[in-house]
Amino acid sequence: MGLRIVVTVKYVPDATGDRRFTEDTSTDRESVDGLLSELDEYAVEQALRIAESHADAEVAVVTVGPDDAMDALRKALSMGADKAVHVNDEDIHGTDAIGTSAILAKAIERTGYDLVVSGMASTDGTMGVVPALLAERLGVPQVTLVSEVTVEGTTVKGRREGDAATEQLEARLPAVVSVTDQSGEARYPSFKGIMAAKKKPVDSLDLDDLGIEAIEVGLGGAWTQVESISARPARTAGTIVRDEGAGGKQLAEFLATRKFI
Amino acid sequence: MSEILVLVAHVDGAVRKPTLELLTLARRLGEPSAVVLGAGDAVVAIAAELGEYGAVKVYAADAAEFADYLVVPKVDGLEQIARAASPTAVLLTSSGEGKEIAARLALRIDSGIITDSVDVKPGENGPVATQSVFAASFTVDSTVSQGIPVITVKANATSPQPAQAAGTVENVIIAFSDAAKGTKVVSRTPRESSGRPELTEAAIVVSGGRGVGSAESFSVVEELADALGAAVGASRAAVDAGWYPHSNQVGQTGKTVSPQLYIANGISGAIQHRAGMQTSKTIAAVNKDSEAPIFELVDFGVVGDLFDVVPQLTAETKTRKS
Repeated sequence: MGLRIVVTVKYVPDATGDRRFTEDTSTDRESVDGLLSELDEYAVEQALRIAESHADAEVAVVTVGPDDAMDALRKALSMGADKAVHVNDEDIHGTDAIGTSAILAKAIERTGYDLVVSGMASTDGTMGVVPALLAERLGVPQVTLVSEVTVEGTTVKGRREGDAATEQLEARLPAVVSVTDQSGEARYPSFKGIMAAKKKPVDSLDLDDLGIEAIEVGLGGAWTQVESISARPARTAGTIVRDEGAGGKQLAEFLATRKFI
Repeated sequence: MSEILVLVAHVDGAVRKPTLELLTLARRLGEPSAVVLGAGDAVVAIAAELGEYGAVKVYAADAAEFADYLVVPKVDGLEQIARAASPTAVLLTSSGEGKEIAARLALRIDSGIITDSVDVKPGENGPVATQSVFAASFTVDSTVSQGIPVITVKANATSPQPAQAAGTVENVIIAFSDAAKGTKVVSRTPRESSGRPELTEAAIVVSGGRGVGSAESFSVVEELADALGAAVGASRAAVDAGWYPHSNQVGQTGKTVSPQLYIANGISGAIQHRAGMQTSKTIAAVNKDSEAPIFELVDFGVVGDLFDVVPQLTAETKTRKS
């Protein structure tokens, strides 16, 4: 068996639309348009590039989400992934990042992996903690937040844009990698890719299949509690002036009244 | 009084400003104890500064592992100290590394985690963390319902307030896990210093976008930033065009900033950009297009050519400051 790559992807509400919460404080994923998280496209792209540089490699994409999350898997398959795993169960609704990482870890183990590739964060929750949580749960090294990644033999190397420095990282497979939006533009699915995606295998799993109890996940299983949600009040209309030669001075005057200069 | 652990972010023997902000927030919740991992001899000077900002205790551990391997040694260190201290909460900065350490720690100690908080206050059910979500269109208050709350806080959530405390150093020897040496840091290249404040930590950010028009023209933005003592940001359009480095990108796929003052120059204000700067306290913009969505956010906007307005603002700033 060659290199087995598993990419984690998330179906998220479209950031250009109106994103909102449901009454139970979970993210509304039903009544808003969704799509494959843009930051996960980079993960699919890097997985495909690594697979293309190996003689015998397979790319599986895994998602945890409702029926519509199939759209995210289809997009990844049409980009070129070989197969998909969709974990879908009513009891998953409202699961937090800790719980999601538990479900993903089980699904990844069941799929079989040498390398897990994730995006740097989702575009909805934006926590960016799932890759580190997966490494912790799977008991494998994390090569995360990298803008460049290569696999040579059983070694994975990456360039991490750290908090204060650029770091060259190295770990043995199996490992979890997360890639940034600087890792390389994601390809567009070709017409042929879109057609081929329709015939690719999609494994649908529920919590039972993964041996996870419903009480461990969902809103009830979350280790955090939302106390309140409030829509940000519209900013009170500011002062807008047209520059008629003194625009810079007017702005300076404003900054002075706010004690910035 | 209950103990609040604060993981200290330090570079080259200096404490980073967001850590001082954490100590200030921690004082609202209890008695701050700082955790310094891998600072070597600098720990003496670091502990003194942490004491000035309210750290009663400073847990210090030094080992080569902290620098030689990624994230996990620090998780091991913080976990060991947290298990021994049984704090009321653990606070970390919301950097890439801070969030990764927080997540793995939370999982190990069976505790809930809240990231990217913009405020933390005491509450009936433990600390209440405030987050700004969906491009700052909603504010969410959350608590941790299981274990010791692990909370990461964004830079500029508050301003650091000195409050002298003992800062007593307690040395700790860390027993590293098998996983600690999983990811080797083969080399580390410090980012080239621009001489300007760090983007995510700066009190003032001056940004340029598509309207700046070229890499050379960014000097207009930089000159204003320098006059104000600000960091320089750039929109995705400007970065994608190659006019400014990605490390300065503000937005959904770049850095999220929350400064006291944000000045957007030649930036239309697409959702992508707003997601990264909407929580700025005061927002000003200069744009040719009076219909640009950025003007919906501003406290003060100038409709005009940025090449006329910005140099005039720079000159006026210098005059008023001198």
